[in-house]
Amino acid sequence: MRDTAKVIIGILVFLVLVTTPFWYGKIAAESGKPPVLKVGTAEKECVMSKDFMRANHMDLLNEWRDHVVREADRVYVREDGRRFDKSLGNTCMKCHTDKKEFCDKCHSYSGVKEPFCWDCHNDPNAR
Amino acid sequence: MNFITSFLLTVGLFIVGYFGSRLPFVFGLVIPYTALTLFVLGLVCRMIAWARVPVPFRIPTTCGQQRSLSWIKSNNLESPFNLLGVVGRMFLEVFFFRSLFRNTKAELYDGTRLVYGSNKFLWVGAMAFHWSFLLIVLRHFRFFTEPVLPCVLWLQDLDGLFEIAVPAFYLTNFFIVAALGYLLARRLFNPQVRYISLGSDYFALFLILAIALTGIWMRYIDKVDVVKIKELVMSLVAFAPVVPDGIGWLFFVHLFFVCVLLAYFPFSKLLHMPGVFFSPTRNLANNNRAKRHINPWNPEVKCHTYEEWEDEFRDTLKRIGLPLDKAE
Ligand code: HEM
Repeated sequence: MRDTAKVIIGILVFLVLVTTPFWYGKIAAESGKPPVLKVGTAEKECVMSKDFMRANHMDLLNEWRDHVVREADRVYVREDGRRFDKSLGNTCMKCHTDKKEFCDKCHSYSGVKEPFCWDCHNDPNAR
Repeated sequence: MNFITSFLLTVGLFIVGYFGSRLPFVFGLVIPYTALTLFVLGLVCRMIAWARVPVPFRIPTTCGQQRSLSWIKSNNLESPFNLLGVVGRMFLEVFFFRSLFRNTKAELYDGTRLVYGSNKFLWVGAMAFHWSFLLIVLRHFRFFTEPVLPCVLWLQDLDGLFEIAVPAFYLTNFFIVAALGYLLARRLFNPQVRYISLGSDYFALFLILAIALTGIWMRYIDKVDVVKIKELVMSLVAFAPVVPDGIGWLFFVHLFFVCVLLAYFPFSKLLHMPGVFFSPTRNLANNNRAKRHINPWNPEVKCHTYEEWEDEFRDTLKRIGLPLDKAE
């Protein structure tokens, strides 16, 4: 076609599009590292293992909600026999006290929108 | 046969990705960078190669009235005569597959009568597939940008509009699988299309289906640690790679499929993505009659014009009394 200028512009547009994440990172000047989360607690372990919770906590919360709201089943018995109250405010947030420093930080890093927990619940530790 | 070979090839890639999760450095870093390099260089080389191909004439495959006399109504979209028209036609082609919209099917009626009819299924399937793919890729920018681009969050909300299940079910996830299913079924069950389908036709569909299914699997069923994945992706993007431990094997399968797609892209029919911009039947204005297009690399032709001929024989012409353009 011999439309050299147009082809060069096209190739440049392509290169810029492919490398946007790189440039965006440079301009935003964030480290891109995951946030460090604050847990204020005496407990040494969570209801489930850390690895499980990191990937699946939403399933656990959903399950607990259904049990409590639909079946009035409030007690969770773990494999090792330890019992937990199925409660976001009283169990989870006893350790993970600070919503902003725990839930929100990680959700915002991974681009997860404010979950609908907070449609009904209040943040028990918010002043 | 082509179908089965491509299917087995895809299954093979799945197995490679599965075992690849044990070599996170290779499958999380070396292969992605290699695939991306192949993709970028491959596409650039392709585009340069295409740009060097001579297209001496405008090829107006049009379906509208070209611009001629002022009292004949012309159609600047179907038969563009200026840049605006070309841009309009290209826009509709790229975003709405306008030429596919005109797809027809031919069928024999009563075994003797050949009848052509409109067939929009392919267009609907293609639109559903490509748009879902685009939205999914754009949504993936939540892994590629920190802070996450606001428009990505906005897209996520739109796509998860129905707020079914946690994590929110995305409409595009349904549409991409349904559309790919239709596109595969079309090749399998329509005898004419099946006859012309090659292994590479099936492979592209299987590969993308495998990417979508592993993605869906890891989002809704066998969940992965998204924060670690973002850490890996952000480090790759910044060219300061760190491969965190404990990323689920499914992610490596998903990523490996994507790498195969990227590496395969510049050598396959998927090149129609940049190719559409280089289509002479789409990107050239149909103004052959209004403008004289001189082929820029024509060799110079030595010619002897009438003026020169007259100059040469002026004296003789004058003497025998023939009429002259210029007296002197
Ligand atoms: C051709 C490109 C790709 C396609 C078509 C694709 C497709 C998908 C699909 C359909 C899903 C299901 C959930 C959703 O729609 O968000 C998904 C999830 C996912 N993809 Fe991709 N993907 C691609 C590239 C990538 C790349 C390059 C990465 C990372 C390097 C990646 C990482 C992920 C992760 C981590 C998930 C899980 C998301 C979650 O759990 O919410 N994908 N992918």
